[in-house]
Amino acid sequence: MMFNRKNTGLGGRMVPLVTLTAAAALALTGCAGGGGTQGETSAPVEEQKITFIPKQLNNPYTDVVLGGGKKGSEEAGFASSQVVGPLEASASSQVSFINAETQAGTNVIVIAANDPDAVCTALGEARSAGAKIVAFDSDANPDCRDVFISQVVAKEVALIQTKLIAEQIGGSGEIAILSATANATNQNEWIKFMEEDLNTNPAYKDIKLVAKVYGDDDDTKSFQEAQGLLQAHPNLKGIISPTTVGIAATARYLSTSAYKGKVALTGLGLPNEMRPFVKDGTVTEFALWDPAQLGYVAAFAGKALVEGKITGAAGDTFTAGELGDRTVEEGGLVIVGPPTVFNKDNIDQYDF
Amino acid sequence: MSSTIDHREPDTTAVRAGGGALGSVLRLRELPVLIALALLVLITYLNNPLFLSPQGVKDLLLNATIIMILAAGQTLLIITRNIDLSVGSMLGLVAFGTGSIFAAMPDLPIFAVLVVGMAFGALLGSINGLLVTVAKVPALVITLGTLYVFRGLNNAWAGGKQYFAGDRPEAFGALSVDTVLGFPIITLLAIAVVVAVAVYMAGTRPGRDLYAIGSDPDAATVFGIKVSKRVFLAFLANGALAGLAGVLYASRFNSVGATTGTGMELDVVAAAVVGGVAIFGGSGTVAGAALGALLLTTITSSLTALRVDKFWQQAIVGILILTAIIIDRLASLRTAKKLRISEARNV
Repeated sequence: MMFNRKNTGLGGRMVPLVTLTAAAALALTGCAGGGGTQGETSAPVEEQKITFIPKQLNNPYTDVVLGGGKKGSEEAGFASSQVVGPLEASASSQVSFINAETQAGTNVIVIAANDPDAVCTALGEARSAGAKIVAFDSDANPDCRDVFISQVVAKEVALIQTKLIAEQIGGSGEIAILSATANATNQNEWIKFMEEDLNTNPAYKDIKLVAKVYGDDDDTKSFQEAQGLLQAHPNLKGIISPTTVGIAATARYLSTSAYKGKVALTGLGLPNEMRPFVKDGTVTEFALWDPAQLGYVAAFAGKALVEGKITGAAGDTFTAGELGDRTVEEGGLVIVGPPTVFNKDNIDQYDF
Repeated sequence: MSSTIDHREPDTTAVRAGGGALGSVLRLRELPVLIALALLVLITYLNNPLFLSPQGVKDLLLNATIIMILAAGQTLLIITRNIDLSVGSMLGLVAFGTGSIFAAMPDLPIFAVLVVGMAFGALLGSINGLLVTVAKVPALVITLGTLYVFRGLNNAWAGGKQYFAGDRPEAFGALSVDTVLGFPIITLLAIAVVVAVAVYMAGTRPGRDLYAIGSDPDAATVFGIKVSKRVFLAFLANGALAGLAGVLYASRFNSVGATTGTGMELDVVAAAVVGGVAIFGGSGTVAGAALGALLLTTITSSLTALRVDKFWQQAIVGILILTAIIIDRLASLRTAKKLRISEARNV
C-alpha cells in the first residue's frame, strides 16, 4: 500500500513538470524565429530602444542600479527604455529574455550576466541582428559584448576595506571575511586582493585573517555564519563583509548580541540598510560606490555605441551626462568612479 | 486525502488507539534524538567552551525557535498523512506583511501584529486545506503548487522593497534579544506553542483522531471521524503557526522581502522526520519534531564552532539526518516486533 501511495504522488508531481516543460519549450521556440535586420548602426539616439537585463528582478541593490539606468536613458534621449529579467539569478535564466529582445529589434541591451558564457550565444545573435551590448555590474565573456561598465577598480574596492578594518581594530588582531557565494567572481577577486594586501603591506603585519565563510547572500544564512565566526574564533576583532546582504545580517547579529561594540564590522553595504547600525554604534564606517551611477553610465555608453562614437576599443572616450567624460580602458572596460565611505556624519546624505 | 485503502500495520494502530503501550513507544522514538543532541552538545562544548556561554546558548535556542514552531505545525499534517510544502512561502508573505504593517502603523501593539500575522497565516493555510480536502488531490502536489503561488504573490507584492529591522519598533526586535532566565522571549513563546499542541495531540479526542486518520484514512471514515474537517483544521492550524513564525522572523532578522523564507520547507520536513514523525502518517509527536528542529540547527552551529570546513558541513548534516532516520527506523521495527509477539500471546 505504501507503494501504491508513492505512485500517486509521483503521478501528481509529473503534472506541473509537464506544464513547466511545455511552457519553457513554447518560450524557446517562440524566440527561435527572431533575428530581424532592425537596428542600423549610427542612427540618431532618439529612435533607439534600450533594454536593461539585470541578474534578477526584485533585488534592492539592482533596483537602485536600474533607477540610475532609467535616469541615464532619459537624459541620453533614448526613445524607450525598459527592464526585463528573471526572478532568480541562475546561469541560463537570462537567455530567453535576450532572445526576446533580439526579436523585438532592441538597439542596446544592457546586461548583468549571471554566467559569463551561458548568455554568450544569445548575445552573439543579438549583435548580428545589429544590437549593441553593454555589460554592467557582472561581466559577460568579453567576446560577446562591446563594453563592460565596472563599478570601480576591483583592487580599489579591496584596499579600502582592508584600510577600514585596520583602522577599526587598531592595526592588529584576528579578522575574518564573510562573503556571498563561494564561486562569485567579483567577491573572489576582491578577497584575493585583500589577502595580497594583508600579506604584503607592512602596516598590516599584525593582522591575521583567520577565516573566510560564505553566507550565500541569504539573510538567515549570513546571520548564522556571523554567529559561528564569533564562536569559533573567540579572539576575533573584526569582520569584513564585502556584500550588502552579509554586512547587514552581520550587523543585525552583532547589534543584538554581547559582541556589540567589541567586534568591528566593515565591508560593502547600502546606506539605507546600514543606517540604524551606524547610528547605534555597531558599525563605524563602511564603503560602497553609488549603484545608480552604474546604470547611468551604462545608458550613456549605449548611446555612444549606437551613435558610432565609440566601438569599445581602448582609448575611446564618451560623455556620461552629469558625471562627465569616461574613457574606455583595455578590454573594453569603463570605470564609474571611486567608492564612497559612509559613516555617521555623512550617511544621511544618501538615499539608496 | 488519499483514497487508497491501506492495510499497513493494522495491529500497531489498534494498540496505539488502546493507549497502554503508547507511552513507552513514543519515548523510544524520541530517545535517539535526545541522545544525539546531548552527545553533540557535550563534544562541541569540550572542544570549544564558548559553545555553552550565555551568548552561545541564546544563539542555539534562537536558531531553533522558528523551525521549531514550523515543525510543530508540520507534524499535525504529517501525522494525518499529509504535508505542507508551502510553509516557507507562507512565512515569507507574513514576514513581509509584518514589515508592511509596522511601516504603515508603527504604534500598533505587538500583540495585535501577532494576531494579524497568525490570522493571515491561517487564511493561507485554509486555502491549502480547502484545495486538499475538496479537490482530493494529494497534499504534496497541492502545496507544491501553492509554494509557487504564494511566492509569486510575495514577489508581486514586495517587488524590490525590503523592510529592515530599523523600520520596526525597538520593543518588537527586543522580543528576540531579551531573555528570561536565559531563554529568549520568542523561544519561550515557541516552547509554549509546542507544549499546547503536544497536549492537544496527546490528550484530546480531535488530537487522537488525527493519528487515526493517518494510520488508516478509510478505517477512520468508517469509524465516524470527520476526516475532511479534521484535515482542513490541521492545515489551518499549520498556517496559523507559519504566520506566527513569520512575525517572529521579522522580529529576529534584519530584512524581510520577496525572498524571505525560501527553501525553509525542506528544513522543516527534515526536522519532523529526524524527530521521529513517520512520513507516512499515524505516528510521531510534536515534542519529537521540536527536538528534531533543535538537533538540526544545533548540528550546523556545532560544526561551525568546531571549525569544520563549510563545504563539508552540508554533507555531514545529510549523513546525520540519514543516521537519525535509520536509528529511528530500527527502533520502530523492534517495537513493532515486540508488539506482534505480545499481541500473539494475548490472542
